[in-house]
Amino acid sequence: MSDNINSSDSDSGQKAVLVQKPMKKWGNERIDRSPLHGLWALTNRELEKWYKVPVLLLLSLIQPVIWLGLFGKAFNIGSIFTDGSFNIPGLNIPKNVLDQLSAQLMQSTFGTTDYFSFLAVGMLSFVTLFTAMFSGMSIVWDRRFGFLDKVLSTPVSRGAIVMGKILSSVIRSLAQAAIILVIAVPLGMDVGHFSVLGILGTFVALFLMTLGFSALFLMLALRSNDWQSQMAIMNLLNLPLLFGSNALFPSSIMPTWLQDFVKINPISYATDAGRQLLLGAPGFASLNFDFIYLAGFAILFTTIGIVMSWRLLTK
Amino acid sequence: MTSGNDFIIDVKDLTKVYNGSLRAVDGVSFEVNEGEIFGFLGPNGAGKTTTIKMLTTLLRPTSGSATVCGYDVRSHPNDVRASVGIVPQEYTSDEDMTGLENVMFCGDLYGVPRSISKERAKELLDLVGLSDAANRKVQTYSGGMRRRLEIASGLINHPRLLFLDEPTLGLDVQTRTAVWEYIKKLKEDYGMTLFMTTHYLEEADGICDRIAIIDHGKIVKLGTPSELKSSLGGDVIEVGVREETDDLTPLIQQCPSVKDVRRLNSEYRIKASMGEEAAPTIIDLIRTKGYHVTKIMVTKPTMDQVYLEYTGKSIRDEEADRAEMMRQRITIRRARN
Ligand SMILES: Nc1ncnc2c1ncn2[C@@H]1O[C@H](COP(=O)(O)OP(=O)(O)OP(=O)(O)O)[C@@H](O)[C@H]1O
Ligand SMILES: [Mg+2]
Repeated sequence: MSDNINSSDSDSGQKAVLVQKPMKKWGNERIDRSPLHGLWALTNRELEKWYKVPVLLLLSLIQPVIWLGLFGKAFNIGSIFTDGSFNIPGLNIPKNVLDQLSAQLMQSTFGTTDYFSFLAVGMLSFVTLFTAMFSGMSIVWDRRFGFLDKVLSTPVSRGAIVMGKILSSVIRSLAQAAIILVIAVPLGMDVGHFSVLGILGTFVALFLMTLGFSALFLMLALRSNDWQSQMAIMNLLNLPLLFGSNALFPSSIMPTWLQDFVKINPISYATDAGRQLLLGAPGFASLNFDFIYLAGFAILFTTIGIVMSWRLLTK
Repeated sequence: MTSGNDFIIDVKDLTKVYNGSLRAVDGVSFEVNEGEIFGFLGPNGAGKTTTIKMLTTLLRPTSGSATVCGYDVRSHPNDVRASVGIVPQEYTSDEDMTGLENVMFCGDLYGVPRSISKERAKELLDLVGLSDAANRKVQTYSGGMRRRLEIASGLINHPRLLFLDEPTLGLDVQTRTAVWEYIKKLKEDYGMTLFMTTHYLEEADGICDRIAIIDHGKIVKLGTPSELKSSLGGDVIEVGVREETDDLTPLIQQCPSVKDVRRLNSEYRIKASMGEEAAPTIIDLIRTKGYHVTKIMVTKPTMDQVYLEYTGKSIRDEEADRAEMMRQRITIRRARN
């Protein structure tokens, strides 16, 4: 079948050759040789694979939405404190006092009165992290199928290749986070503290986090030759990174050794900034510290990621 | 900027050692003139692709030097990349994009403004006969169409020099002929220089101005196709004579271009440098002495024989393996989607 297409097509190819008019002289005037040329083409190529396939986009959102439903609604952890089962026998505490008490308990543990809102902010970090992680994968394929060699044989700067990957990953994860936020509101997220500045600030925090992680995972992906080992690395890292942060539970209820890890995990700071800005929750660090820490993480890992990737690409 | 010689490719002692021990390319030196079609022939694993990768800056040479379009591949890789085009051995187009998008994407990477590249891409797709399929995803292309798309992509920056790594591998006869047509056209109409590897010896013979035969990373022979063929000792003329008893060997040897004569009863096997010119002279000479020529046959050495002579391998033995390899590559690629 493909042979038919092939040979009928080669016939038209022959004809095309015959009717071709005498050639203009070829010259390379007006060539863009700025170091950033091709950056947008490379970024957009990645993004097209994602936004042109809506099914894929939806599929990638299913997991965080299930998590939201499962953890945020089904095992509503807050209900331990609020559903009335929490009572001290013998002392008949009036319901309204109990509710007040449990609200205070919630407030002191989670920083907000409902677990769902608490978790929704954590989910923003979750999708951001996972998207950043998996977008590193594409370079493994590019390498495998010669596409990377094709790109490397053009005068596009090696930096633009790395930056295109990181940029597309960042854009993609922020877009997914925005969609999760939009889904979480009708599901019951508390919008009492929302402000334009708060939302913007949250996305700046997420941006810094995903920038660092994208660079880190790209660097790891560039070193591995096959997607199996890349998948293994990611599966090794994703859940520990997620559970070892305050995205799902407040660190105050964790054992101290885990709290130490939470304190160095950048996901904690992005989530913390989001909770302070979106829910008005008291943070586990100051907002300033959150941003300084995230900026430091982003700068450090982007630099390492770009330098290492660049070295791997030019060897 | 330019290194002051007239060669578009100038290679000296180029060597590539993989993993510290495998000498894939071993001290290769050659020059390519501007405007010629230069063929690189050799068995599988001879180092052809490795050489192309070094010349196109995808691999760093272990030692030796190479200038391409006047730029050193080590010190000015970006200038080299900007001046050459590449049609790689594998299919590298993005399956999820259309043919036109793929070619324009390459244009973006070369810094060709979209306003220019759109026109150019259409022109090039027309040149390779893919206009009708330009807006179809590459997924739906046949092998031959993919190969031609690679050629169009490799030309988007209007390079002075085009590298083609087995441009006709896995193509059917018509498509192969069409590809050779484009290649000749690029040389004749655009004055482009072409550096290519191929396994189709007869075709290389017909199209290349000069050919290098490489084996085990070393160039074993370099010259024009006719030089290579005459290096085998010339054409073979077989002459049959009615008179069995007389030995005509001394007589035939008087002919100026005759190099060697062997007699088998009434038949003579003659080696001569210009067979088609020597044969009539030989016939005349035999006739003037009163003998009768009963049959005559001139055979020219083929590229196959040249290849066999210098690599000790016949290309046909390899052909089966290559077809198999190609099928596997395509299968892997399909599995991805
Ligand atoms: N990345 C690599 N690492 C190690 N060895 C390699 C690598 N690439 C190629 N080689 C080896 O180098 C030698 C030359 O390979 P090359 O691809 O240049 O051959 P070729 O002449 O292009 O062969 P073919 O006709 O099969 O395309 C082979 O022995 C091959 O196994
Ligand atoms: Mg090869």
